[in-house]
Amino acid sequence: MYSFDMESPSTVADAAKALGQDEAQALGGGQTLIPTLKQRLASPSVLVSLAGIAEMKGVCTADDGSLAIGGGTTHATVAAEAGAYAALAALAGNIGDPAVRNRGTIGGSLANNDPSACYPSAALGSGATIVTNKREIAADDYFQGMFATALDEGEIITEVRFPVPEKASYMKFEQPASRFALVGVFVAKYADGVRVAVTGASEEGVYRWSEAEAALSANFSADAVPAAPSGDGMISDLHASGDYRAHLVGVMTKRAVAAAS
Amino acid sequence: MAEVTMTVNGKSVTKSVKGNTLMTDFLREELRLTGTHVGCDTSQCGACVIHVNGQAVKSCTMFAAEADGAEVATIEGQANADGSLSVIQAAFQEHHGLQCGFCTPGMVMSAAALLKENPKPTEAEVRDYLEGNICRCTGYHNIVKAIMAASGQDVSSIAAE
Repeated sequence: MYSFDMESPSTVADAAKALGQDEAQALGGGQTLIPTLKQRLASPSVLVSLAGIAEMKGVCTADDGSLAIGGGTTHATVAAEAGAYAALAALAGNIGDPAVRNRGTIGGSLANNDPSACYPSAALGSGATIVTNKREIAADDYFQGMFATALDEGEIITEVRFPVPEKASYMKFEQPASRFALVGVFVAKYADGVRVAVTGASEEGVYRWSEAEAALSANFSADAVPAAPSGDGMISDLHASGDYRAHLVGVMTKRAVAAAS
Repeated sequence: MAEVTMTVNGKSVTKSVKGNTLMTDFLREELRLTGTHVGCDTSQCGACVIHVNGQAVKSCTMFAAEADGAEVATIEGQANADGSLSVIQAAFQEHHGLQCGFCTPGMVMSAAALLKENPKPTEAEVRDYLEGNICRCTGYHNIVKAIMAASGQDVSSIAAE
């Protein structure tokens, strides 16, 4: 690793100030960033740890019935405390392994927007609102391609608000070595329609499968899931071809619909 | 450099650390607690699992500065006060839950975290919890058996050798 200083602010305001320094980088749970630093793929001058900011942690139900999760909340805490949105708790409880879930945070995962991470599919599939220290961003505007988001330099995800659906499920076809999604599909049925978000498959990162949303909004059953999409534009690597990932999108969507509760 | 203070296996320690000092290096190089092993250094293998504030974490993927003010437990603190093996350690010995022993500190720390959360896990729950701990010798059966035995359950019918 290159050398850097570490700052550990205890408020969002202090963290935002620290992130205003040249080459400063926010550190969430570090489960992606620390391996990245070890590979010398990043060279911040200052790491600003968000782990000590109490106001960014915890799970609660907001006045409008949505589930609000602090950006610094670990996957393990979401798994244990997001019972009001069972599909989301189950997703969090199957990220990585127990030790990773005790460190990794929802805000860190969404800020990184790994194309194979689980949380982006839940946020997009639920039409969540990403709340930062500056503004609120709709999930539909937030994800902007592989590792790309609407966040500005130094902007911090303080909270994520999930409208709680009538039914939902996340199905992950796991890449066993990394435990990331080879393909993961999040399906959520709301009163005004069904949302289907796919992670792990597209070269553009997480996306909504609009054909499946239309078909499932008309008839919420596994039989209604349309034929699998084309493999064009799907990630193709040593783990799976684009065509295989496209096929999995269809399979995992059907499984998610069948399991939705 | 910044000063950090933490409790490690019940003893308070204060040291100056660099921002990029990993918790594994802090334990092994600064405190000479070399029971915490570095297998992969990429947070895959789990040989470096320790407890921070009671929770299992991979110490190769955490900075020492992040443990400032924390209660840290490592494999060196697992034995009973009189030096005898803990229930989990004794079960690993009894059920031959190790061969080369490299992964064992992480296995024992993960097992301790599991049994604190879930005192009577099923075999499937044990295997699931060990997802992030890799062993290249045993094939896991005897590790699982040892953990089940440490939880006080009958292991005569599981994980036949």
